[in-house]
Amino acid sequence: MGVSAIRWAAVTTAVLLAATACGRGDEASKGALPEECKGQQTTGITDTSIKIGGIYPLSGPASAYGDIPKGIKAYFDYINAEKNGIDGRKVEFIVRDDGYQPPKAVEEARRLVEQEQVFALFQTLGTPSTAATWDYTNQRKVPQVFVATGASQWGTDKNHPWTIGWQPNYISEARVYAQFLKTEKPDAKVAVLYQNDDFGKDLLGGFKKAIAGSQIKVVAEESYEVSDPTVEPQMRNLARSDADVFLNVTTPKFGSQALAADVKNTDWNPLHILNNVAASITVLKPVGLKNVQGVVSATYYKDPNDPQWADDPEMKLYREKMAKYAPGADPNVPYHAFGWAAASSFHKAMEAAKCPTREGLRDSVRNLNDVEVPMLLPGVRLQTGPDDGFPIESMQMMRFKGERWELFGEVIDTRKVFGPVTAD
Amino acid sequence: MSEAIETREKSTAPASGPRPARSWLRFLEPRGHWVWIALAIALILPFQLVPFRVFQLTMVLVYAVALLGLNLLVGHGGQISLGHGAFFAVGAYTAAIMMDRWDTPYPWTLPVAAAVTFVLGLALGVPAARLHGLYLALVTLAIAIFLVPLLKRFEDVTGGSMGLTLSKPQPPSWTGLAEDQWLYFLALAVAVAAFALVAGLLRSRVGRALHALRDNEIAAEVMGVRLAFYKTLAFAWSALLAGAAGCVYTWVIGFVSPDSFTVNLSITLLAGIVVGGLGSQAGPVLGGLFVMFVPSFAQDINQGAPGVIFGLLIIVVMYVAPTGLAGLAGRAVRSFDRTLRKE
Repeated sequence: MGVSAIRWAAVTTAVLLAATACGRGDEASKGALPEECKGQQTTGITDTSIKIGGIYPLSGPASAYGDIPKGIKAYFDYINAEKNGIDGRKVEFIVRDDGYQPPKAVEEARRLVEQEQVFALFQTLGTPSTAATWDYTNQRKVPQVFVATGASQWGTDKNHPWTIGWQPNYISEARVYAQFLKTEKPDAKVAVLYQNDDFGKDLLGGFKKAIAGSQIKVVAEESYEVSDPTVEPQMRNLARSDADVFLNVTTPKFGSQALAADVKNTDWNPLHILNNVAASITVLKPVGLKNVQGVVSATYYKDPNDPQWADDPEMKLYREKMAKYAPGADPNVPYHAFGWAAASSFHKAMEAAKCPTREGLRDSVRNLNDVEVPMLLPGVRLQTGPDDGFPIESMQMMRFKGERWELFGEVIDTRKVFGPVTAD
Repeated sequence: MSEAIETREKSTAPASGPRPARSWLRFLEPRGHWVWIALAIALILPFQLVPFRVFQLTMVLVYAVALLGLNLLVGHGGQISLGHGAFFAVGAYTAAIMMDRWDTPYPWTLPVAAAVTFVLGLALGVPAARLHGLYLALVTLAIAIFLVPLLKRFEDVTGGSMGLTLSKPQPPSWTGLAEDQWLYFLALAVAVAAFALVAGLLRSRVGRALHALRDNEIAAEVMGVRLAFYKTLAFAWSALLAGAAGCVYTWVIGFVSPDSFTVNLSITLLAGIVVGGLGSQAGPVLGGLFVMFVPSFAQDINQGAPGVIFGLLIIVVMYVAPTGLAGLAGRAVRSFDRTLRKE
C-alpha cells in the first residue's frame, strides 16, 4: 500500500508539472521600437493589438456602476471595426468583476497583469478597490490609468506615478461650488450635510479651503454614516442654522432623503446645491420633479438625456454606435456616456504617447495638453503636467428646470482660479 | 462519562463507511496517508506554479483556516454563526494596526490577533450559550453588520473608510524565495498548525463534548456535558481560527478597509463550509477552493450576472452533494471501491 501511495503521489506531481509548464505566459512579441523607446516594457502591446483590463463591480451593492464598461466596450468595438483601432492596434478590453471588494480587486488586478498579460489597467472603480491595488501596479510598473474615483490622492500622491485619475476630484468639485457662490452669493451662510468618509471629507475640506478669505461662511455642518437609516435629524439641525445655502454632499439614497427633507420644511428655503454624485435624475424623481426646481449642481460630460445635445455630432455618433455595438444597453444611461468619454480619453492619450510602451503611456497621461474629448462639455479639456495629476478639473454649473438639468454660466476652470490641488 | 462517549464514538465510526481492505485507495480514508500526500503536493506547488496561482492558493489557505474555525463551530458544535467575517476582520485589523502604528514585526501580530479574537469569541460566546438556532444566527449577523460602521467611526486607529496600506512580509534572504512563495509558506504553516490544533481538539474531551452537544443537547447534558461552557469554548476557538486567518490575510493582501469585511464575507464563509462539507476534515480546504475559484469561474460563464451563476452553482452543489463536496468525494471513492471489489 505504501508503494502505491508513493506512485500515486508521483503521478500527481508529474501531472501538475506538465500542467503548469504550459501555464506560463509568453512575453508579447516585440515590434521594432524607435531608438528612444528601447528597453521599455512592451507587455500586452504589438503592432496590431493592445490588451487592457478594467475592474468594476458587476455584482454586489455597487453593481449599478457595471454599466460603465458597456460604454467603454462599445467605443472600442467601434474604433476597432471602423477606425482600425488606435494607430492600427486593435483594442482588446477585458472586464473583471470585483463586487466592490478590495481583496477581490487585488486578485483580479493580478490576474489581468500576470495571467492575461495586459498592457495597462484601464480603470479600477471605487476608492477602496483602487487603494488596494495601486501599490501592486506601481511595484510592477503597470499603468493604472483613469481610475473611476474622485478621491484627490490619485493626483496628489508622488509615490505612485503609474496611477492617475480622470474625473474631477472632489476638491475640484468643491471649488466649483465655492466659485459659483463667490459670484452669485458673496456673503452666503452655508449649511453642509456630508457623508462621514473620505468622499464627504474631501469635498467639505476642499470647500472650506476654497472659501477661505471670502465672506462666505460655513455656519453648520452635520455628518451621517452610510449605514444610517435616514438623515432627517441632521436636516432638522441644519434647518435651525438659518443658513441661506445648503450644500448636499451625499450619495444617491441620502441625496433623495435630504432633498425630501428640504422640501418638507417650508420655513427654511436655502439655495440647494446637490453634489455631482447624487445629481442623477433617479435621485430627483422620488422627491417629485416639481419640488426640486432650482436645485443646482455641476457636471463635466454631456448628459444623453439633455435635449440640447440632441444634434451634437458626438452624441449622435454615440447613439448610433451604442445601438450597433451594445444593442442591449440603453444609451440614455449616463454611465454609458461616462464610459464612452473615458474610453475616448484613453484613445487620445495612447495616440499621443511618444513610445508604444507602458512607460510611454505613463508619461503621456501625465502630459496631456489641452486635449479635447468630444463627449465632455465644450470647454472642459484634459490637462495634466508634472505638478498636476488631475486630467479634468473644470466643471459647469447646472440648474434643474422642468424635467431636466440646464447648464448655465461659464465652464469654471478651477486650475486657473485656485491653482493646483495639493495634499493637505 | 467520557468513557460513555468514547464507546459511542467507536461504535459509530465504522458506520461512516465500509473499510475497503487491500485497496490502493485506502490512503483517501481519514486515517490514511492522504494528509501527507496533500502536504507534499502543497510543498511542491509554489515552485511549479506562476506567482498569480501561488497567490490564489495562498488565499485558499487563508479561507481554509477561517473555514476550519467555522467548521469547528457549525460542523462539530452544531451552532450557527453568520458573523465569522467579523472575527476575520478583527484579526486582520489587529495585525494591520500593530504593523501600522507600532511597526510591530509581522510574526508577532499572529499570536496577538489570535488572542484578541479568542477573548472576543469568549465574550460573544456567552450570549451564544443561551441562544438557539435562528436567534443565535441573528445575533451573529448583527455583529457582522455593525462592525463595518464601527471601523469607519474610529478613523484615527483604523484609517476610516480609506483603510490602511501595509508593506507585505519580505522573505528572509537565506530562503531564496520570492515574495509570493514566502507568503504562501507562511499561510501554509499557519494552516498546518490550525489543522493540527483542531485535530487535537476534536480527539480530546472537547471534541467529544461538542459532538454530543450537536447530536442531542438534552442527552449531552444528561451525560454531564456542561452546555454553556462548551458552547462558549467552541465559539472562542472558532473565533481564534478566524482571527488567525484574518491576520494572514493582512500579510498577504497588505491592505485592510471596512469594505473588505462586509456581511457578504460572513455569508460567503458560511456558504463555503456548507458546500465544502460540514464536520468533515477535508471540508475547509474544499470550501476554500470553492470560495476562491468559483466566483471567477462563474464570471467566465456569464459576465453579465456573475452573482446569479455563483448562487445557482451553490444550489446545484447542495442538490448533488447534500453533505458537501467532501461528502461527494467520499461517496465517489467508496462507490469506486465497491465496483473494484466486485470484479
